[in-house]
Amino acid sequence: MKTSKLQWSYIFLVYVFLYLPLIILIIFSFNEAPTGAVWKGFSLKWYDKLFHSSTLITGLINSLLIGISSATLVTIIGTLSAVTLFRFKFFGKNFIISLLYILIMSPEIIMGISLLLLFKFLSLSLGFQTLLITHITLCLPFVMAVLFTRLSNFDIHIIEAAKDLGANELQTFFHIILPSIFPAVVAAWILSFTISMDDSICAFFTSGPRFEILPQKIYAMVRTGVKPEVNALSTIIFGVSMLIVIVTQIMLKERKR
Amino acid sequence: MKEQSLFHKVTIGIIVLWLLLFALIPNIIMFVVSFMEYDSSSFVKAVFTLDNYKQFFSDNYFKIFINSFKIAAIATLLCLFIGYPFAYILARSKSRYKGLLALLVVIPYWTSALIRTYAIFYMLSANGLINTILIKIGIIDAPLKLLYTEGAVIFGFVYTLLPFMILPLYATIEKFDFKYIEAAQDLGASKIRTFYHIILPLTSPGIIAGVVLVFLPALGLFYIPNLLGGKTMMVSNIIQEQFITSVIQNWPLGSAASVLITVVMGLMIWAYYKSSKSFQTKVL
Repeated sequence: MKTSKLQWSYIFLVYVFLYLPLIILIIFSFNEAPTGAVWKGFSLKWYDKLFHSSTLITGLINSLLIGISSATLVTIIGTLSAVTLFRFKFFGKNFIISLLYILIMSPEIIMGISLLLLFKFLSLSLGFQTLLITHITLCLPFVMAVLFTRLSNFDIHIIEAAKDLGANELQTFFHIILPSIFPAVVAAWILSFTISMDDSICAFFTSGPRFEILPQKIYAMVRTGVKPEVNALSTIIFGVSMLIVIVTQIMLKERKR
Repeated sequence: MKEQSLFHKVTIGIIVLWLLLFALIPNIIMFVVSFMEYDSSSFVKAVFTLDNYKQFFSDNYFKIFINSFKIAAIATLLCLFIGYPFAYILARSKSRYKGLLALLVVIPYWTSALIRTYAIFYMLSANGLINTILIKIGIIDAPLKLLYTEGAVIFGFVYTLLPFMILPLYATIEKFDFKYIEAAQDLGASKIRTFYHIILPLTSPGIIAGVVLVFLPALGLFYIPNLLGGKTMMVSNIIQEQFITSVIQNWPLGSAASVLITVVMGLMIWAYYKSSKSFQTKVL
Protein backbone atom coordinates (compact mmCIF):
# COMPACT_ATOMS: atom_id res chain seq x y z
CA MET A 1 0.00 0.00 0.00
CA LYS A 2 1.33 3.40 -0.89
CA THR A 3 1.28 6.00 1.83
CA SER A 4 -1.15 8.74 0.80
CA LYS A 5 -0.64 12.49 1.08
CA LEU A 6 -3.18 12.62 3.89
CA GLN A 7 -1.23 10.00 5.82
CA TRP A 8 2.05 11.84 5.35
CA SER A 9 0.47 15.04 6.60
CA TYR A 10 -0.66 13.21 9.74
CA ILE A 11 2.91 11.98 10.29
CA PHE A 12 4.15 15.51 9.75
CA LEU A 13 1.64 16.91 12.25
CA VAL A 14 2.84 14.54 14.98
CA TYR A 15 6.42 15.64 14.34
CA VAL A 16 5.31 19.25 14.63
CA PHE A 17 3.74 18.39 17.99
CA LEU A 18 6.94 16.67 19.16
CA TYR A 19 9.35 19.36 18.00
CA LEU A 20 7.49 22.67 18.12
CA PRO A 21 7.77 23.31 21.89
CA LEU A 22 11.52 22.62 21.81
CA ILE A 23 12.06 24.73 18.68
CA ILE A 24 10.16 27.65 20.23
CA LEU A 25 12.30 27.35 23.34
CA ILE A 26 15.47 27.39 21.25
CA ILE A 27 14.41 30.34 19.07
CA PHE A 28 13.29 32.47 22.00
CA SER A 29 16.48 31.82 23.93
CA PHE A 30 17.99 34.30 21.41
CA ASN A 31 15.23 36.85 21.93
CA GLU A 32 16.02 40.28 23.31
CA ALA A 33 12.81 40.40 25.41
CA PRO A 34 12.83 38.39 28.64
CA THR A 35 9.40 36.76 28.26
CA GLY A 36 6.65 36.44 25.75
CA ALA A 37 6.42 35.17 22.22
CA VAL A 38 7.06 38.46 20.47
CA TRP A 39 10.39 38.75 18.69
CA LYS A 40 12.30 41.83 19.86
CA GLY A 41 15.58 41.18 18.09
CA PHE A 42 18.54 38.82 18.28
CA SER A 43 20.51 38.77 21.48
CA LEU A 44 22.95 36.53 23.32
CA LYS A 45 22.37 38.22 26.64
CA TRP A 46 20.57 35.25 28.21
CA TYR A 47 23.58 33.09 27.45
CA ASP A 48 25.73 35.72 29.08
CA LYS A 49 23.42 35.75 32.10
CA LEU A 50 23.50 31.94 32.19
CA PHE A 51 27.28 31.85 32.35
CA HIS A 52 27.20 34.36 35.17
CA SER A 53 24.47 32.51 37.06
CA SER A 54 26.32 30.84 39.90
CA THR A 55 23.29 28.68 40.85
CA LEU A 56 23.01 27.07 37.42
CA ILE A 57 26.77 26.70 37.00
CA THR A 58 27.12 25.04 40.43
CA GLY A 59 24.24 22.76 39.52
CA LEU A 60 25.90 21.83 36.24
CA ILE A 61 29.25 21.13 37.93
CA ASN A 62 27.52 19.00 40.58
CA SER A 63 25.60 17.12 37.87
CA LEU A 64 28.80 16.41 35.94
CA LEU A 65 30.59 15.37 39.12
CA ILE A 66 27.87 12.95 40.14
CA GLY A 67 27.38 11.75 36.55
CA ILE A 68 31.03 10.92 36.00
CA SER A 69 31.65 9.33 39.39
CA SER A 70 28.45 7.28 39.52
CA ALA A 71 28.85 6.12 35.90
CA THR A 72 32.45 5.06 36.56
CA LEU A 73 31.69 3.22 39.79
CA VAL A 74 28.54 1.53 38.52
CA THR A 75 30.35 0.39 35.37
CA ILE A 76 33.12 -1.18 37.46
CA ILE A 77 30.71 -2.89 39.88
CA GLY A 78 28.32 -3.91 37.11
CA THR A 79 31.00 -5.29 34.79
CA LEU A 80 32.70 -7.38 37.48
CA SER A 81 29.44 -8.85 38.73
CA ALA A 82 27.94 -9.39 35.27
CA VAL A 83 31.02 -11.37 34.24
CA THR A 84 30.95 -13.48 37.40
CA LEU A 85 27.20 -14.02 37.17
CA PHE A 86 27.60 -15.06 33.55
CA ARG A 87 30.46 -17.48 34.19
CA PHE A 88 29.46 -19.29 37.35
CA LYS A 89 26.44 -21.10 38.63
CA PHE A 90 25.92 -20.70 42.34
CA PHE A 91 23.29 -20.67 45.04
CA GLY A 92 21.20 -17.51 44.97
CA LYS A 93 22.01 -16.52 41.39
CA ASN A 94 18.35 -16.39 40.39
CA PHE A 95 17.62 -14.33 43.48
CA ILE A 96 20.14 -11.71 42.33
CA ILE A 97 18.67 -11.66 38.84
CA SER A 98 15.11 -11.25 40.16
CA LEU A 99 16.23 -8.40 42.42
CA LEU A 100 17.69 -6.71 39.34
CA TYR A 101 14.37 -7.14 37.55
CA ILE A 102 12.47 -5.58 40.44
CA LEU A 103 14.94 -2.71 40.46
CA ILE A 104 14.50 -2.02 36.73
CA MET A 105 10.71 -2.11 37.11
CA SER A 106 10.41 -0.04 40.26
CA PRO A 107 9.47 3.58 39.51
CA GLU A 108 12.02 6.26 40.26
CA ILE A 109 9.81 8.01 42.78
CA ILE A 110 9.55 4.84 44.88
CA MET A 111 13.30 4.26 44.63
CA GLY A 112 13.84 7.85 45.73
CA ILE A 113 11.70 7.74 48.84
CA SER A 114 12.69 4.23 49.92
CA LEU A 115 16.36 5.23 49.77
CA LEU A 116 15.58 8.47 51.60
CA LEU A 117 14.02 6.38 54.39
CA LEU A 118 17.10 4.15 54.49
CA PHE A 119 19.46 7.12 54.70
CA LYS A 120 17.41 8.65 57.52
CA PHE A 121 17.41 5.30 59.24
CA LEU A 122 21.21 5.10 58.97
CA SER A 123 21.38 8.82 59.90
CA LEU A 124 23.42 9.68 56.84
CA SER A 125 23.15 13.35 55.94
CA LEU A 126 21.88 13.93 52.43
CA GLY A 127 24.45 15.10 49.90
CA PHE A 128 27.03 13.83 47.45
CA GLN A 129 27.51 10.37 48.94
CA THR A 130 23.79 9.59 49.27
CA LEU A 131 23.12 10.75 45.72
CA LEU A 132 26.08 8.69 44.51
CA ILE A 133 24.59 5.56 46.10
CA THR A 134 21.20 6.38 44.58
CA HIS A 135 22.53 6.83 41.07
CA ILE A 136 24.63 3.67 41.24
CA THR A 137 21.52 1.74 42.31
CA LEU A 138 19.47 3.42 39.59
CA CYS A 139 21.94 2.54 36.82
CA LEU A 140 23.07 -0.91 38.02
CA PRO A 141 20.34 -3.00 36.31
CA PHE A 142 20.88 -1.13 33.02
CA VAL A 143 24.63 -1.74 33.11
CA MET A 144 24.02 -5.42 33.86
CA ALA A 145 21.51 -5.67 31.00
CA VAL A 146 23.94 -4.15 28.48
CA LEU A 147 26.73 -6.48 29.58
CA PHE A 148 24.57 -9.60 29.69
CA THR A 149 23.55 -8.94 26.09
CA ARG A 150 27.19 -8.69 25.04
CA LEU A 151 28.28 -11.69 27.12
CA SER A 152 25.56 -13.90 25.65
CA ASN A 153 27.56 -14.12 22.40
CA PHE A 154 30.86 -14.53 24.19
CA ASP A 155 32.71 -17.74 23.39
CA ILE A 156 33.36 -19.40 26.74
CA HIS A 157 36.04 -21.69 25.25
CA ILE A 158 38.42 -18.76 25.07
CA ILE A 159 38.39 -18.59 28.87
CA GLU A 160 39.08 -22.31 29.12
CA ALA A 161 41.96 -21.92 26.68
CA ALA A 162 43.42 -19.12 28.79
CA LYS A 163 43.10 -21.25 31.92
CA ASP A 164 44.77 -24.22 30.24
CA LEU A 165 47.65 -21.96 29.35
CA GLY A 166 48.03 -21.07 33.02
CA ALA A 167 46.31 -17.71 33.36
CA ASN A 168 44.86 -16.98 36.77
CA GLU A 169 41.47 -15.43 37.45
CA LEU A 170 42.65 -11.80 37.32
CA GLN A 171 44.78 -12.31 34.23
CA THR A 172 41.87 -13.99 32.46
CA PHE A 173 39.63 -11.08 33.33
CA PHE A 174 41.99 -8.28 32.31
CA HIS A 175 43.62 -9.86 29.27
CA ILE A 176 40.86 -11.99 27.80
CA ILE A 177 37.38 -11.00 28.92
CA LEU A 178 37.67 -7.24 29.36
CA PRO A 179 39.19 -6.46 25.94
CA SER A 180 36.53 -8.44 24.12
CA ILE A 181 33.58 -6.87 25.96
CA PHE A 182 35.09 -3.40 26.06
CA PRO A 183 32.63 -1.74 23.62
CA ALA A 184 29.76 -2.89 25.85
CA VAL A 185 31.57 -1.48 28.90
CA VAL A 186 31.86 1.89 27.15
CA ALA A 187 28.20 1.74 26.12
CA ALA A 188 27.23 0.96 29.72
CA TRP A 189 29.24 3.95 30.96
CA ILE A 190 27.57 6.33 28.48
CA LEU A 191 24.13 4.97 29.34
CA SER A 192 24.75 5.39 33.08
CA PHE A 193 26.11 8.88 32.58
CA THR A 194 23.00 9.95 30.66
CA ILE A 195 20.66 8.33 33.19
CA SER A 196 22.45 10.13 36.00
CA MET A 197 22.47 13.50 34.20
CA ASP A 198 18.80 13.07 33.33
CA ASP A 199 17.53 12.06 36.73
CA SER A 200 15.01 14.63 37.82
CA ILE A 201 13.13 12.44 40.29
CA CYS A 202 15.43 10.50 42.64
CA ALA A 203 17.73 13.45 43.29
CA PHE A 204 14.86 15.46 44.77
CA PHE A 205 14.55 12.89 47.52
CA THR A 206 18.08 11.73 48.16
CA SER A 207 20.17 14.87 47.75
CA GLY A 208 19.98 17.69 50.20
CA PRO A 209 20.44 21.45 49.87
CA ARG A 210 24.19 21.04 50.37
CA PHE A 211 24.55 19.27 47.04
CA GLU A 212 21.95 20.12 44.41
CA ILE A 213 22.25 18.96 40.82
CA LEU A 214 21.08 20.79 37.71
CA PRO A 215 17.49 19.47 37.46
CA GLN A 216 16.86 20.54 41.04
CA LYS A 217 18.20 24.04 40.35
CA ILE A 218 16.18 24.36 37.13
CA TYR A 219 13.07 23.16 38.90
CA ALA A 220 13.49 25.64 41.74
CA MET A 221 13.96 28.48 39.23
CA VAL A 222 11.06 27.78 36.88
CA ARG A 223 8.54 27.05 39.64
CA THR A 224 7.98 30.77 39.93
CA GLY A 225 7.74 31.46 36.19
CA VAL A 226 9.59 31.64 32.91
CA LYS A 227 13.34 32.27 33.21
CA PRO A 228 15.03 33.18 29.92
CA GLU A 229 18.43 31.89 31.08
CA VAL A 230 16.80 28.47 31.48
CA ASN A 231 15.79 28.72 27.80
CA ALA A 232 19.45 29.29 26.97
CA LEU A 233 20.52 26.37 29.14
CA SER A 234 17.88 24.11 27.55
CA THR A 235 19.20 25.03 24.11
CA ILE A 236 22.74 24.07 25.13
CA ILE A 237 21.58 20.79 26.71
CA PHE A 238 19.53 19.96 23.61
CA GLY A 239 22.55 20.69 21.39
CA VAL A 240 24.87 18.54 23.48
CA SER A 241 22.33 15.67 23.54
CA MET A 242 22.05 15.87 19.76
CA LEU A 243 25.82 15.75 19.45
CA ILE A 244 26.03 12.66 21.68
CA VAL A 245 23.27 10.91 19.67
CA ILE A 246 24.96 11.69 16.37
CA VAL A 247 28.41 10.60 17.59
CA THR A 248 27.11 7.32 19.06
CA GLN A 249 25.10 6.62 15.89
CA ILE A 250 28.20 7.13 13.76
CA MET A 251 30.26 4.96 16.11
CA LEU A 252 27.66 2.18 15.93
CA LYS A 253 27.62 2.38 12.12
CA GLU A 254 31.43 2.18 12.02
CA ARG A 255 31.35 -0.89 14.27
CA LYS A 256 28.81 -2.63 12.05
CA ARG A 257 31.13 -2.30 9.06
CA MET B 1 32.55 -24.93 37.30
CA LYS B 2 33.12 -25.30 40.99
CA GLU B 3 36.05 -23.05 41.42
CA GLN B 4 35.77 -20.55 44.24
CA SER B 5 38.44 -17.95 43.70
CA LEU B 6 38.74 -14.86 45.86
CA PHE B 7 37.95 -12.65 42.84
CA HIS B 8 34.72 -14.50 42.27
CA LYS B 9 33.69 -14.26 45.94
CA VAL B 10 34.43 -10.55 46.18
CA THR B 11 32.44 -9.59 43.08
CA ILE B 12 29.44 -11.67 44.10
CA GLY B 13 29.69 -10.31 47.63
CA ILE B 14 29.60 -6.71 46.43
CA ILE B 15 26.57 -7.11 44.18
CA VAL B 16 24.60 -9.15 46.73
CA LEU B 17 25.33 -6.66 49.51
CA TRP B 18 24.49 -3.73 47.27
CA LEU B 19 21.18 -5.15 46.14
CA LEU B 20 20.15 -6.19 49.63
CA LEU B 21 21.12 -2.92 51.25
CA PHE B 22 19.96 -0.49 48.58
CA ALA B 23 17.14 -2.29 46.79
CA LEU B 24 15.47 -4.79 49.11
CA ILE B 25 15.86 -3.25 52.58
CA PRO B 26 14.70 0.29 51.58
CA ASN B 27 11.47 -1.13 50.22
CA ILE B 28 10.94 -3.16 53.37
CA ILE B 29 11.52 -0.02 55.46
CA MET B 30 8.99 1.86 53.34
CA PHE B 31 6.44 -0.91 53.85
CA VAL B 32 7.03 -1.03 57.60
CA VAL B 33 6.95 2.75 58.02
CA SER B 34 3.57 2.91 56.26
CA PHE B 35 2.13 1.01 59.24
CA MET B 36 3.70 3.26 61.86
CA GLU B 37 2.50 6.31 63.67
CA TYR B 38 3.44 9.83 62.74
CA ASP B 39 5.61 11.69 65.19
CA SER B 40 6.45 15.37 64.89
CA SER B 41 9.90 15.16 66.50
CA SER B 42 11.43 12.02 64.99
CA PHE B 43 9.25 11.59 61.86
CA VAL B 44 8.19 8.08 62.82
CA LYS B 45 7.02 6.41 66.02
CA ALA B 46 7.36 2.65 66.20
CA VAL B 47 3.72 1.91 66.99
CA PHE B 48 1.61 -0.23 64.68
CA THR B 49 -1.35 1.54 63.11
CA LEU B 50 -3.59 1.36 60.06
CA ASP B 51 -4.43 5.06 60.30
CA ASN B 52 -2.26 6.08 57.36
CA TYR B 53 -4.22 3.84 55.04
CA LYS B 54 -7.51 4.84 56.65
CA GLN B 55 -6.64 8.49 56.19
CA PHE B 56 -5.93 7.76 52.58
CA PHE B 57 -9.23 6.10 51.88
CA SER B 58 -11.42 8.51 53.78
CA ASP B 59 -10.79 12.16 53.07
CA ASN B 60 -9.47 14.42 50.40
CA TYR B 61 -6.51 12.17 49.61
CA PHE B 62 -8.66 9.51 48.07
CA LYS B 63 -10.08 12.01 45.61
CA ILE B 64 -6.55 12.91 44.54
CA PHE B 65 -5.68 9.23 44.33
CA ILE B 66 -8.59 8.56 41.96
CA ASN B 67 -7.88 11.78 40.08
CA SER B 68 -4.30 10.75 39.38
CA PHE B 69 -5.47 7.51 37.82
CA LYS B 70 -7.99 9.46 35.76
CA ILE B 71 -5.35 11.91 34.48
CA ALA B 72 -2.87 9.12 33.74
CA ALA B 73 -5.58 7.11 31.95
CA ILE B 74 -6.69 10.03 29.77
CA ALA B 75 -3.08 10.80 28.87
CA THR B 76 -2.49 7.13 28.01
CA LEU B 77 -5.57 6.94 25.81
CA LEU B 78 -4.62 10.13 23.99
CA CYS B 79 -1.12 8.75 23.41
CA LEU B 80 -2.70 5.58 22.02
CA PHE B 81 -5.07 7.44 19.71
CA ILE B 82 -2.33 9.72 18.42
CA GLY B 83 0.38 7.08 18.40
CA TYR B 84 -1.40 4.13 16.81
CA PRO B 85 -2.21 5.69 13.41
CA PHE B 86 1.25 7.26 13.39
CA ALA B 87 3.03 3.97 14.09
CA TYR B 88 0.77 2.15 11.61
CA ILE B 89 1.37 4.57 8.75
CA LEU B 90 5.10 4.70 9.40
CA ALA B 91 5.49 0.94 9.76
CA ARG B 92 3.55 0.29 6.53
CA SER B 93 5.20 2.96 4.45
CA LYS B 94 7.81 1.91 1.93
CA SER B 95 9.86 5.03 2.36
CA ARG B 96 13.62 4.71 2.28
CA TYR B 97 13.83 6.99 5.28
CA LYS B 98 11.61 4.87 7.52
CA GLY B 99 14.39 4.14 10.01
CA LEU B 100 15.41 7.76 10.14
CA LEU B 101 11.79 8.83 10.66
CA ALA B 102 11.44 6.40 13.56
CA LEU B 103 14.65 7.79 15.06
CA LEU B 104 13.19 11.30 14.82
CA VAL B 105 10.53 10.23 17.32
CA VAL B 106 13.18 9.34 19.88
CA ILE B 107 15.38 12.42 19.54
CA PRO B 108 13.29 14.79 21.68
CA TYR B 109 13.36 12.07 24.32
CA TRP B 110 17.11 12.54 24.56
CA THR B 111 16.72 15.86 26.31
CA SER B 112 15.64 15.67 29.90
CA ALA B 113 11.93 15.30 30.61
CA LEU B 114 12.13 18.28 32.94
CA ILE B 115 13.28 20.51 30.09
CA ARG B 116 10.54 19.21 27.82
CA THR B 117 8.05 19.98 30.58
CA TYR B 118 9.52 23.46 30.80
CA ALA B 119 9.09 23.83 27.02
CA ILE B 120 5.37 23.13 27.44
CA PHE B 121 5.25 25.51 30.39
CA TYR B 122 6.83 28.19 28.20
CA MET B 123 4.40 27.61 25.37
CA LEU B 124 1.29 27.67 27.55
CA SER B 125 2.25 30.60 29.79
CA ALA B 126 0.07 33.75 29.85
CA ASN B 127 2.17 35.55 27.24
CA GLY B 128 3.45 32.37 25.61
CA LEU B 129 3.13 31.42 21.98
CA ILE B 130 -0.41 30.05 22.00
CA ASN B 131 -1.93 33.06 23.75
CA THR B 132 0.09 35.50 21.62
CA ILE B 133 -1.10 33.91 18.38
CA LEU B 134 -4.72 33.74 19.52
CA ILE B 135 -4.65 37.42 20.49
CA LYS B 136 -2.87 38.46 17.27
CA ILE B 137 -5.46 36.82 15.04
CA GLY B 138 -8.21 38.31 17.17
CA ILE B 139 -9.88 35.21 18.54
CA ILE B 140 -9.46 36.34 22.11
CA ASP B 141 -8.80 39.69 23.78
CA ALA B 142 -7.16 38.66 27.03
CA PRO B 143 -4.79 35.71 27.50
CA LEU B 144 -6.49 32.41 28.32
CA LYS B 145 -5.58 30.57 31.47
CA LEU B 146 -3.90 27.59 29.88
CA LEU B 147 -1.41 26.80 32.61
CA TYR B 148 -2.37 25.37 36.00
CA THR B 149 -5.22 23.34 34.60
CA GLU B 150 -5.83 19.61 34.34
CA GLY B 151 -5.69 19.98 30.57
CA ALA B 152 -2.16 21.38 30.79
CA VAL B 153 -1.06 18.40 32.91
CA ILE B 154 -2.55 15.94 30.41
CA PHE B 155 -0.94 17.84 27.54
CA GLY B 156 2.40 17.65 29.37
CA PHE B 157 2.13 13.89 29.88
CA VAL B 158 1.14 13.26 26.25
CA TYR B 159 4.03 15.39 25.08
CA THR B 160 6.66 13.78 27.32
CA LEU B 161 5.47 10.18 27.01
CA LEU B 162 4.26 9.85 23.39
CA PRO B 163 7.52 8.25 22.15
CA PHE B 164 7.06 5.44 24.70
CA MET B 165 3.73 4.62 23.09
CA ILE B 166 4.90 4.94 19.47
CA LEU B 167 8.01 2.78 19.71
CA PRO B 168 6.50 -0.51 20.96
CA LEU B 169 3.57 -0.03 18.56
CA TYR B 170 5.93 0.58 15.66
CA ALA B 171 7.95 -2.50 16.58
CA THR B 172 4.89 -4.82 16.63
CA ILE B 173 3.24 -3.36 13.53
CA GLU B 174 6.54 -3.64 11.65
CA LYS B 175 6.58 -7.39 12.31
CA PHE B 176 2.90 -7.80 11.47
CA ASP B 177 2.31 -9.90 8.36
CA PHE B 178 0.09 -7.83 6.09
CA LYS B 179 -0.94 -10.90 4.12
CA TYR B 180 -3.53 -11.48 6.86
CA ILE B 181 -5.29 -8.31 5.78
CA GLU B 182 -5.39 -9.42 2.17
CA ALA B 183 -6.71 -12.81 3.27
CA ALA B 184 -9.44 -11.22 5.40
CA GLN B 185 -10.46 -8.92 2.59
CA ASP B 186 -10.46 -11.73 0.05
CA LEU B 187 -12.86 -13.52 2.35
CA GLY B 188 -15.13 -10.49 2.24
CA ALA B 189 -14.35 -8.71 5.50
CA SER B 190 -14.90 -4.97 5.54
CA LYS B 191 -12.13 -2.60 6.51
CA ILE B 192 -13.58 -2.06 9.98
CA ARG B 193 -14.04 -5.78 10.56
CA THR B 194 -10.49 -6.47 9.42
CA PHE B 195 -9.22 -3.86 11.85
CA TYR B 196 -11.17 -5.18 14.84
CA HIS B 197 -10.69 -8.87 14.21
CA ILE B 198 -7.27 -9.07 12.62
CA ILE B 199 -5.09 -6.01 13.05
CA LEU B 200 -6.08 -5.02 16.57
CA PRO B 201 -5.67 -8.45 18.24
CA LEU B 202 -2.41 -9.14 16.44
CA THR B 203 -0.87 -5.82 17.44
CA SER B 204 -2.18 -5.97 21.01
CA PRO B 205 1.22 -6.80 22.59
CA GLY B 206 2.47 -3.43 21.31
CA ILE B 207 -0.63 -1.69 22.63
CA ILE B 208 -0.26 -3.24 26.07
CA ALA B 209 3.47 -2.46 26.22
CA GLY B 210 2.79 1.13 25.20
CA VAL B 211 0.01 1.53 27.75
CA VAL B 212 2.25 0.24 30.55
CA LEU B 213 5.16 2.44 29.44
CA VAL B 214 2.99 5.57 29.45
CA PHE B 215 0.65 4.92 32.36
CA LEU B 216 3.26 3.95 34.95
CA PRO B 217 5.62 6.91 34.46
CA ALA B 218 2.59 9.23 34.41
CA LEU B 219 1.87 8.18 37.97
CA GLY B 220 5.41 8.93 39.10
CA LEU B 221 6.53 12.06 37.24
CA PHE B 222 5.63 14.50 40.01
CA TYR B 223 7.05 17.62 38.42
CA ILE B 224 4.60 17.59 35.50
CA PRO B 225 1.46 18.02 37.65
CA ASN B 226 3.49 20.32 39.86
CA LEU B 227 4.76 22.72 37.18
CA LEU B 228 1.81 22.57 34.80
CA GLY B 229 -0.96 21.88 37.30
CA GLY B 230 0.25 24.22 39.99
CA LYS B 231 -1.47 22.46 42.85
CA THR B 232 -1.77 19.02 44.42
CA MET B 233 -3.29 17.10 41.58
CA MET B 234 -1.82 13.64 41.71
CA VAL B 235 -0.66 11.09 44.23
CA SER B 236 2.96 11.75 43.24
CA ASN B 237 2.48 15.30 44.55
CA ILE B 238 1.26 13.96 47.88
CA ILE B 239 4.37 11.82 48.14
CA GLN B 240 6.56 14.77 47.21
CA GLU B 241 4.84 17.01 49.77
CA GLN B 242 4.99 14.51 52.60
CA PHE B 243 8.66 13.77 51.99
CA ILE B 244 10.25 17.03 50.87
CA THR B 245 8.33 20.22 50.25
CA SER B 246 5.72 20.40 52.98
CA VAL B 247 6.50 22.12 56.29
CA ILE B 248 4.94 19.35 58.32
CA GLN B 249 6.10 16.13 56.74
CA ASN B 250 4.16 13.02 57.51
CA TRP B 251 6.43 10.22 56.36
CA PRO B 252 4.19 7.30 57.35
CA LEU B 253 1.39 8.82 55.27
CA GLY B 254 3.75 9.36 52.34
CA SER B 255 4.96 5.77 52.68
CA ALA B 256 1.39 4.49 52.64
CA ALA B 257 0.74 6.42 49.41
CA SER B 258 3.90 4.93 47.91
CA VAL B 259 2.96 1.40 48.94
CA LEU B 260 -0.44 1.87 47.33
CA ILE B 261 0.97 2.99 44.00
CA THR B 262 3.60 0.25 44.14
CA VAL B 263 0.80 -2.30 44.54
CA VAL B 264 -1.15 -0.85 41.61
CA MET B 265 1.96 -0.73 39.43
CA GLY B 266 2.92 -4.27 40.45
CA LEU B 267 -0.52 -5.51 39.45
CA MET B 268 -0.24 -3.78 36.09
CA ILE B 269 3.17 -5.22 35.37
CA TRP B 270 1.93 -8.65 36.41
CA ALA B 271 -1.11 -8.32 34.11
CA TYR B 272 1.18 -7.24 31.29
CA TYR B 273 3.45 -10.22 31.87
CA LYS B 274 0.47 -12.58 31.98
CA SER B 275 -1.13 -11.18 28.84
CA SER B 276 2.10 -11.28 26.86
CA LYS B 277 2.56 -14.91 27.92
CA SER B 278 -0.98 -15.97 27.04
CA PHE B 279 -0.62 -14.10 23.78
CA GLN B 280 2.45 -16.12 22.93
CA THR B 281 0.73 -19.43 23.65
CA LYS B 282 -2.57 -18.54 22.00
CA VAL B 283 -1.55 -16.77 18.86
CA LEU B 284 1.98 -17.80 18.09
